[in-house]
Amino acid sequence: MSEKVSVATVWLDGCSGCHMSIFDMDERLIELAEHVEFVYTPLVDRKDYPEHVDIALVEGAVSSEDDLNKIRKIREHTTTLIALGDCAVAGNIPTMRNPFGTDAILETGYIETATAGQQVPDSIIPRLLPVVRPIHEIVPVDIFMQGCPPSADVIYFVITELLAGRKPKLNDKTRPGA
Amino acid sequence: MPVRSRVKTFTMDGQDVSGHESETILEIARQNDIDIPTLCQLDGLSIIGACRLCLVEVVGWNKLVPACATYVEEGMEVVTNSERLQNYRRMIIEMLFAEGNHVCSVCVSNGNCSLQYLATKLGMDYVRYPYLNPDRTVDMSHERFVMDHNRCILCTRCVRVCDEIEGAHTWDVEGRGYKSHLITDLDIPWGDSRTCTSCGKCMNVCPTGAIVEKGKPAGEMIKRREFLGYLTKMRGVNNNE
Repeated sequence: MSEKVSVATVWLDGCSGCHMSIFDMDERLIELAEHVEFVYTPLVDRKDYPEHVDIALVEGAVSSEDDLNKIRKIREHTTTLIALGDCAVAGNIPTMRNPFGTDAILETGYIETATAGQQVPDSIIPRLLPVVRPIHEIVPVDIFMQGCPPSADVIYFVITELLAGRKPKLNDKTRPGA
Repeated sequence: MPVRSRVKTFTMDGQDVSGHESETILEIARQNDIDIPTLCQLDGLSIIGACRLCLVEVVGWNKLVPACATYVEEGMEVVTNSERLQNYRRMIIEMLFAEGNHVCSVCVSNGNCSLQYLATKLGMDYVRYPYLNPDRTVDMSHERFVMDHNRCILCTRCVRVCDEIEGAHTWDVEGRGYKSHLITDLDIPWGDSRTCTSCGKCMNVCPTGAIVEKGKPAGEMIKRREFLGYLTKMRGVNNNE
């Protein structure tokens, strides 16, 4: 078990579509499981990020204080940090709130359009940051995987290239938006 | 007495080429299957050299020149694809992405966009510059078309086609630098414009999803530019001269 490469998948401000693409590897996941161990994912019941992770696939932009704390911790404890998908690479849809400002969208979402209990939440759920940022504007990123979402083939290619000790070349395999 | 020849011979990426003195480096490159990326340039419209993607090196010249706006000269040695040029081109594309609000995944032009195509082709894996996320508007006032300023890269193809081909000059650019943006007539809503003929030429030449047809779902806006070549040929007009 200890010889396996440890892989984490993380879900920040994204739609989980990139995680669906991970599942889309289908039976290749079984093949991968011989070489890697998924030590931390939204589906593994583990609260804290492990002390050391070899490869982390991070979906989503950095949008809340929780995202900010998570991504810093992930960077600190990860060898190869992969920005998975357009939200992680470029901000994508979450950044569409930036031109309006966080206060304006909270006002619209929780006050103007709410039919009951009109109140902006101030506890339990993480506070939103003033501006949504792609991951590399917060911490250094090792590999950028564009796509909304990146295909299962591309994710499989990147993981197997890393397992083979190569840095994956993605230029002709990905593009923003698809 | 030396005879002045109108045919210029020179080299491009080490290859011997020739062109008429009225031809540009870009035209000769295309005739010789040498690929130089362009964005604001479109055959049939006047040349403005605004996007700077087609910058090339000429050995001995102390600055880079736009291939679309530089006429060929005898003996020049043109370099079209050095590492320096590739880096600058990628920078330009990244700055265009950082300057506007280009969200490919939900854009009607996703998969049919020159900016997106060039980003992939020129090897942009992420944008090194901080995103500005400017507060821009969307003009839905026209009955058939939408102007989404978030996706506009100010190539001015719409301005030129409207002025030079349609003869309406509904479009123009207002403001300077970062505040530059397109306007219709004297900055009134597009739908209120009395010069617009609703011909759709601006929509078809727009390289991104900035000017699009109403009612198109994400990824289904396909532009048709063939008309431009036919029109200019039939009219015998060459705006480049």
